[in-house]
Parts: sequence; structure tokens; C-alpha cells
Amino acid sequence: MGAAEAPLLATARNGRELVFVGNGRWIAAQSQALEGAVDAGVAELATAPAESARLDLSGVRSLDTVGAVMVDRLVRALEDAGVRMQVVGLERRFEPLLNEITKRSRENPPRKKHINAIVGAVQIVGETVSGVGSDGKLFLGFVGSVVLATLRVAVKPHTFRWTSMVYHLERAGLRAVPIIALITFLIGCIIAQQGIFHFRKFGATTYVVDMVGILTLRELGVLIVSIMVAGRSGSAFTAELGSMKMREEVDALRVMGFDPNEVLVLPRLVALIVALPLLTFIGNMCALFGGGLVAWLYGGISPEIFLNRLQEAIGLNTFEVGMIKAPFMAAIIGLIACMEGMRVGGSAESLGSRTTASVVKAIFLVIVMDGLFAMFFAAIDM
Amino acid sequence: MQLDSDLPRNAAAPAKAEEPIIRVRDVVVGFGDRIILKGLSLDVMRGEILGFVGASGGGKSVLTRTILGLAKKRSGTVEVFGQDLDTLSYAERRVLEQRWGVLFQQGALFSSLTVRQNIQFPMREYLDMSPKLMDEITIAKLEMVGLSPDTAEKAPSELSGGMIKRAALARALALDPEILFLDEPTSGLDPIGAGEFDELISTLQQTLGLTVFMVTHDLDSLHTVCDRIAALGDGKVIAVGPIETMMASDHPWIKAYFHGKRARAAGFGQEGRR
Repeated sequence: MGAAEAPLLATARNGRELVFVGNGRWIAAQSQALEGAVDAGVAELATAPAESARLDLSGVRSLDTVGAVMVDRLVRALEDAGVRMQVVGLERRFEPLLNEITKRSRENPPRKKHINAIVGAVQIVGETVSGVGSDGKLFLGFVGSVVLATLRVAVKPHTFRWTSMVYHLERAGLRAVPIIALITFLIGCIIAQQGIFHFRKFGATTYVVDMVGILTLRELGVLIVSIMVAGRSGSAFTAELGSMKMREEVDALRVMGFDPNEVLVLPRLVALIVALPLLTFIGNMCALFGGGLVAWLYGGISPEIFLNRLQEAIGLNTFEVGMIKAPFMAAIIGLIACMEGMRVGGSAESLGSRTTASVVKAIFLVIVMDGLFAMFFAAIDM
Repeated sequence: MQLDSDLPRNAAAPAKAEEPIIRVRDVVVGFGDRIILKGLSLDVMRGEILGFVGASGGGKSVLTRTILGLAKKRSGTVEVFGQDLDTLSYAERRVLEQRWGVLFQQGALFSSLTVRQNIQFPMREYLDMSPKLMDEITIAKLEMVGLSPDTAEKAPSELSGGMIKRAALARALALDPEILFLDEPTSGLDPIGAGEFDELISTLQQTLGLTVFMVTHDLDSLHTVCDRIAALGDGKVIAVGPIETMMASDHPWIKAYFHGKRARAAGFGQEGRR
């Protein structure tokens, strides 16, 4: 483009007539300049009244939708001000486009309004609080429908989907073993190291065995495993069910006379309830192994002493307390994950937010449950 | 819409039929052991509507995806606007991509954005435009594709199948492309909706001076809007030409396609329809 190029829109007056002369390329790439030129042309009218106006577009070499909309904006602004408007000289090849654009309505539906930040924050808090209530109701409803499905299957056990259950058992259970083993092993190591480091000051190093044993078997083993499973399998369940929901696969099941709870939810739930105690057991053993290893290498407690001390310090009840909790944790994780999956709507965004909600809620409820169990076991002296 | 194919349909596209806007040469595409396109060559001329037909699973969509750069080819060249797509730099490629628009089969509207945001998405990315102008353009595009302005604030999940296609077409047209790729534009539409969509494509092609590459199964679309038809068989183009050429072809698949029951029901080969 040469510097000497004529302006996109030149304005002149001829008595009571306004004369606009358009030139050059009226295209999207020029939108800023075009808009400026057209708005300046409209503003020209305000300086002195005019009866009629002529828009000469013979110098326009190319015109796209943006250009046509700008022509239309100028024409409409002048016509709205009561000026007779005449458009001349446009190359024939551009006429269909301009005609199409001039037909467009003047409506511009307002965008959804942005609300004030403070009002918005208050609103979000309110919605969250009321959301907790409706979430609870939904959860109860979902638990109810799953219980019903369970009863139906219990009456006719051959309708249970064993293949699907075993498949999920493998994915949620077997494949989780390496990472669960590694993490619990490390946790065991860390607890033992910290214990030895501090107990050494009192010369009570051997009590580290009690601490490692009680802490991992009673609380940490099951908690760590549950949190891992919620993040690993809970999120996968939500995403799977959610994308099936999005693609109407869940509806397809329903119209074929299957209950999605029976076909999709129950096998996953059962798989998790079976897998989590097994994983917890593996986790407990790995944590004890890690603790024992550190006690030996760092604290100088030989494996024989460690095992003897463990036997004295830990009753079977400590182990049982941890293991009893595992299936309940699994049920919570599975129910939350499946419920959130079934709540996914049409958009990819809702799939993402539901998956997040599934993991966050599952972990939160697992910890709440652990607290309730602690109170319960304290009350029954276990 | 009745069209007289003898007359130049679009004066905005000079030198029609002389200049291939898309030139595909000896393209081979395969997945694993399966070779889908076996040395396919095809020209699309500036300003025409080319209908691309072929058996399901025969590679129609694969060719479209190859031209668009979404599928990798094993050999061959694809030239668009006279530029070999393999030799383009990243920046050149982005410039080129502004000059084509694609309507995917399912629309592929971004589900987390409203229709307005969907249409403005490429504009925001590529053009420096005031919000007011973008809104004006958005409404203009929506009306061009036959949607009312209040569709702008809707989410894609609130739209019907036909409306999704129209909204997706408006997004494909957002940057005033020169080439429009349509992947089965009328599939999933009722016959009235499909007919309207055909008419819309034809009108837009004339208004905006588009070149249209249309993958389709719809015999009515082929009949009413396409200037030329290319038929895909066994990984190659087995015939290309206007509908008369197809009707006269001796190739068994083309015969079955254009002289089958459904073709006869659509009025093919009968005098006086056109």
C-alpha cells in the first residue's frame, strides 16, 4: 500500500449534500481504520445539517463482510438522522454481499450482564451453601437408587455383571498396587525417621515401633490408600460415566430397559469395595516394612527386635480398626464418583468440573468418615 | 434455487475453471497396514462447488482431513492457493488457515462458549477489531446463515441439530474465507432443512465468492448445488465432472450410486427435473 493512497473514506460538502467517497480495500484487516473513518463520516453530519448524502464506492477495490457492515453502518446512521442516502458506484460483484448485509436486522441482543464483584462473591457463597443442601439430597437419592439396584441384583445374582466387575477390579485394584506400595513404603520410612529423631532425645527409641505400628495400621494406611484411590479411580469413574452421559450412551442403556445403576455403577462400586481393603492391607505391610527398614538402618533396631516389639505393642484390634474402615471408604468414593459422573451435562466444561468435584468431595468425606470412626472406636474401646 | 450452470455464477471469482485453488497430487494416506488413499489426485477450481462422494469408510473424510493437515500423508503433495502445504513455515501456515473455513460433521462448536463467543473466537485471534464491530459482524453472519440474532447468547447444547450446523457455518465464515470445507453438511437434517441448507450454501457461495469443497452423501445436494462431482473409489478419484458425466459413467459403483433406487427416488435420470 502506497503512502499516497486515497483515504478509505473522504468527506466533502456540496451545498446541502454530503458527499462521501470510499476508496481502497474495505476488508477485515483494515477494520480499525475503517471504523474510525466511518464514525468520523457520521460525526461530520453533526457539524452542519444536510438534506441528502451520496456515497460513492467506485474506488473500493475489495469488500468483505466487515467492509459491507461498515457501509451499512454509515448508511443507517445517516438514514436514522433523516438524511436521504444514495449509494453509487459499487462494483457489481460486491452487490450481492452488500444487499445481504443491508437486510440484517438492527437488533443486537444484549450480552449477559456482568455483575459487581462483591455481589458476585456473595452470590457464589449463597449458591455454594444452598448447593451443599441440594447435593446432600441428591446424594441420598442416588444412594437410595443404588441400594434398590443392589437389592434387585441380590434377588437375582446371575444378573450381576461379573466381567465388568473383574475388569474394574483389575484397573482400580491390581494396577494401583505399585503406586500404593511405593507411597505407603515412603510414608512408613518418614514416620520412623521422624520418630527415631525425636524419641532419641528421651532414650525411648524403641517406642518408635509402637508409633509406626499404631499410626499406619490404625489411621494412615487406610487414609493414604483411600485418598490415592479417590484421585486415581474415583476421577476415572466420573470421567467415564460423564462422557457416556454426554454421548447419550446412558440414555441408550435406559431405553433398552437396563438400569444404568445396575450396569455401570454397581460393578464399579463392588470392585472398589473389594479392592480397597486389599490395597489397604498391602499398604499397611509396605508401611511397616519401610518403618522397619529405617528403624534398622537409621535407628539401629534390628529386624528381630522390631518384630518382637511390634507383636507386644500392637493388638489385633489395631489392625482390625484400619481394615474395617476400608470398605466404607470405598463405598463413599465409589458413590460420589458415580453420582458426579451421572450429573455431567452437555459440555466438556461440565465434565471437568464434575471430575474435580468428585475427587474433592470424595477426599473430604473420607477424612470426615475417618473422624467419625475414631469417635466410634473410642466409644466402644477398640 | 434454480441455477443455470452455463452462466458464470459468481462474478467475484474471475478466471474460473482456469486456476485450481486446491491441487492434490498422488496423495497416499494409510493407518497401520491399511492404505486408505492410494495416490489420489484432484483439482478444485476457484469459485466452484465440488461435491465429493464415495462409499462410507472409503476415505472421503480422510482426504478432507489430509488437505486440512489433520491427517498425515505418506507421500504426495497438497497445494492450496498455489502453495505447497508441506513447505510452509508456521507463520505462513497460520495466514493460510485464515483463508479457509471448515464445517465439521457434528459442528464442533466449543461447548463451553456461547454461539456469539464461538463466532468471535477466530476474529479475536486474528483480527484487531472493536467489540462493537465484532458484535455487528456476528449478527450479520448469524443472519446470513439464517439464524435469528437472539441465538447469539445461547450455548451450543441449547441448539437443535440444524441450528448447530448453521451456527458452525457462521463460525466457519467468521473470517470471510475463500474456501469452505463442508463435511456432510446435510446429514442429520430433515429433507426440508437439508434443502434449505443446500440453498443457503449456494447463496453464500455467490454472495461471498466462495469455493466450496463438500463431502456429501445427499443426492439432492449433488443435484442442486454442485458444479462438479468427484467420485472416490478404491483410494482414487474414479470419475470427476458435472452430474451428466456421472450419469453417463460406466463404472459399476458410480452406476449403483447414481442409478440406484434412492437416486431414482431423488429424480435422477428423469427428464424435466432440472
